[in-house]
Amino acid sequence: MSALSFEDLNIWFGEGRDRVDAVKHATFEVARGESFGLVGESGSGKSTIMRALTGLVPHCSGRMAVNDQPLGRKRDKTFYKTVQMVFQDPYASLHPRQSVDQILSETLRLHGFRDIDPRIEKLLDDVGLGPAFRFRYPHQLSGGQRQRVAIARALAPEPSILLLDEPTSALDVSVQAEILNLLTDLRAEHDLTFLMVSHDLAVVAHMCERIAVMQAGEIVEVLSVEEMRAMTPSHPYTKQLLEASLGYSRSEVEAVV
Amino acid sequence: MSDTQTGLREWLLTDTPHSRLQARLSALYHGWLSFRSNSLAMFGLSILVFLLLMAAFAPLIAPHDPFTQDLGNRLKPLGTESHLLGTDSLGRDILSRLIYGSRITLYIVTLVALIAPLAGLLVGTIAGYAGGWIDVALMRITDIFLAFPRLVLALAFVAALGAGIENAVLAISLTAWPPYARIARAETLTIRNSDFISAVRLQGAGPVRIITKHIWPLCISSLIVRVTLDMAGIILAAAGLGFLGLGAQPPSPEWGAMISEGRRFILDHWWVATVPGLAIFTVSLAFNLLGDGLRDVLDPKDSK
Amino acid sequence: MTELLDVKNLWVRFPTRKGVFDAVRGVSFKLGRERLGIVGESGSGKSMTGRAILRLIRAPGEVEADYIKLDGEDLLSKSEADMRKIRGDRISMVMQDPKFSLNPVMTIGEQLMEAYRLHSKGGKAEARKRALEMLEAVSIRDPERVMRAYPHEVSGGMGQRIMIAMMLIPDPDLLIADEPTSALDVSVQGQVLEIMDKLVRDRGMGLIFISHDLNLVSQFCDRVLIMYAGRVVETCDADKLHEAKHPYTRGLLNSLPRFDAPQKRLEVLQRDPAWAEAESVGPDA
Repeated sequence: MSALSFEDLNIWFGEGRDRVDAVKHATFEVARGESFGLVGESGSGKSTIMRALTGLVPHCSGRMAVNDQPLGRKRDKTFYKTVQMVFQDPYASLHPRQSVDQILSETLRLHGFRDIDPRIEKLLDDVGLGPAFRFRYPHQLSGGQRQRVAIARALAPEPSILLLDEPTSALDVSVQAEILNLLTDLRAEHDLTFLMVSHDLAVVAHMCERIAVMQAGEIVEVLSVEEMRAMTPSHPYTKQLLEASLGYSRSEVEAVV
Repeated sequence: MSDTQTGLREWLLTDTPHSRLQARLSALYHGWLSFRSNSLAMFGLSILVFLLLMAAFAPLIAPHDPFTQDLGNRLKPLGTESHLLGTDSLGRDILSRLIYGSRITLYIVTLVALIAPLAGLLVGTIAGYAGGWIDVALMRITDIFLAFPRLVLALAFVAALGAGIENAVLAISLTAWPPYARIARAETLTIRNSDFISAVRLQGAGPVRIITKHIWPLCISSLIVRVTLDMAGIILAAAGLGFLGLGAQPPSPEWGAMISEGRRFILDHWWVATVPGLAIFTVSLAFNLLGDGLRDVLDPKDSK
Repeated sequence: MTELLDVKNLWVRFPTRKGVFDAVRGVSFKLGRERLGIVGESGSGKSMTGRAILRLIRAPGEVEADYIKLDGEDLLSKSEADMRKIRGDRISMVMQDPKFSLNPVMTIGEQLMEAYRLHSKGGKAEARKRALEMLEAVSIRDPERVMRAYPHEVSGGMGQRIMIAMMLIPDPDLLIADEPTSALDVSVQGQVLEIMDKLVRDRGMGLIFISHDLNLVSQFCDRVLIMYAGRVVETCDADKLHEAKHPYTRGLLNSLPRFDAPQKRLEVLQRDPAWAEAESVGPDA
């Protein structure tokens, strides 16, 4: 049983001469209940795969399936009930003129729920925000609180798969720890499958069991977190990325100079 | 008393509202506070409130009937007894006509301010959100309207539809909407790709809901600002049509028509044309000041 | 060690509707020809400290200090015209995102040459020569081509290197870098840091490196100030950052996910209001 599967996925922007291939022949599977990470530098196409899954990119070819159900061109209600997404920048992903209450109640209404009031309270409780936050506007919230609201919104339709697009890269490290813990707890409570994109290898290593490394639109390697921690990748690019991520070392520079 | 006042103030300024109503009122109150700190905008607002009261209570304030002619008293200068602003060529009291004329001005302004931005908002957001050939078609139509000189186009409409205030309003609206469509489209293009729109799309929201519930609230503020800044132009266009004899018809005390009538005597009896001119100037200025103030309050880019 | 910069009791205040907000409260530090890191979370006042030194705080914000001495001269007593000369000539600043710091309608060469001619009298040929030199100094391989390029034609890492080149043209004594690498990929990050590192050593420049990234600062800088709620809560040698004493610093370090060892949960920082109340730690160097 796989929660998500991608087969020979190609994504491109523009047509003819202007065509840019963002993702080339991507093939991987995410098992049910697994947490899968996509890493790579900016422009490697890691976020684009996620956007293609949700139908937010114009051109793609190849096969994608959710819970073994192949996806067509259009996403239907069941898809949105199964797959939800948390965006990178909590300052951009909440409507600036809508209160937390409006955001959540609209989401619940769109998914056909009737018992909206108790559900909003439950959602806010789930993400560690009290009822006091219900009627606030985004500008009255801190970055971490906004991201909690965004997570509550994603949880509203009770999805089984959560897409996390750099969910903590816009946050301070102490807030990042809170959000990552929250995500870990929610995954255990709700049996969620995670597909996570990040440029921070330490975050991915903390959250994911398997990791795909991307370079220039191609998946160069899929490795387990243990292999990554042990620094035993098979592809040279992965090795290079791992080394660069471990930080700036003066001895290397001195060797160069 | 003062206790309940400070209590109310705190209730409005709280960062932790407890109900939908409180959240809304608090947001409004914050806007009002920042608007109030702009003294020029407050000045503009007070002129407009004054205009509104003047229009509402015209029969009580006006010293004379605006239509009663008194040929023995024609073209009296400013400060004449019982005719503070003098009389016109038919001996009608200019002050009274000015007061009644404010009703017509407000009527025109309100109608145009409702029709033009709404039409522009509809066209602009649909074009911006849909993209593709719909965008191209709608925007080329907009361009065609934009390419005509405004007054000439309005003249053509009035000539086709017949003279009168309603037709003048329609003509002005028809020529005024394209800039709003442009603004709404530009705003939509930036909003369309933002994460919060992607987020509602992922909840399965359709285009109609996204446009009306998520894009409109963000476009409206910049349109409101633009409308108040354009108000002066609208009043002047209405006055211009009146002046050319294609708007309000005599003996209606529309300000533009009044100037048009006074034009014949402008050398010897300057006040007949100047006084309604000053009225138009004051109201236009008031709307501009208000627009500037509203821009500071409503601009979503600044409201942090 | 001769002090390049000596800041004593620096305050930055912003009046708000609910009273005065103190963004920086009583910060003092000294800087020699070294790499000083300022770390803290957003809102800790680290960027404000950097801007206050250059007197770049916009009204209604106010800067107050006993003194901000650059080579013994108090910057607070300078006129605005003198300050303009000092900014650029003696102190330069590199911002987070090169996209917003370069003029999009001028070629990079024009901007570099303008920067040179603003600060020295040399002619056009001289300016060009110096610009090329600087681009080479920041390891740009094909400087002639880059001179002709517009900012949108270069990558983020290249843009940031160009910014650094521009800041270095007047040969400043002090470079303030505000999150210079956080918009860049890790591999590019390394190159940019390398260049700054080299410049500090070769030219004897002072560097204030403002960042939220504790690991980076501990690896790259000589000394670190840790800021919280507008105050310096701790200062230590960068390589001893991981032995820091203050509970805030410890909390920050512990909340980072670790690459080398798996953890079940991350430690969450428990904030103590007393941290914000305590006095700033003074210059102990």
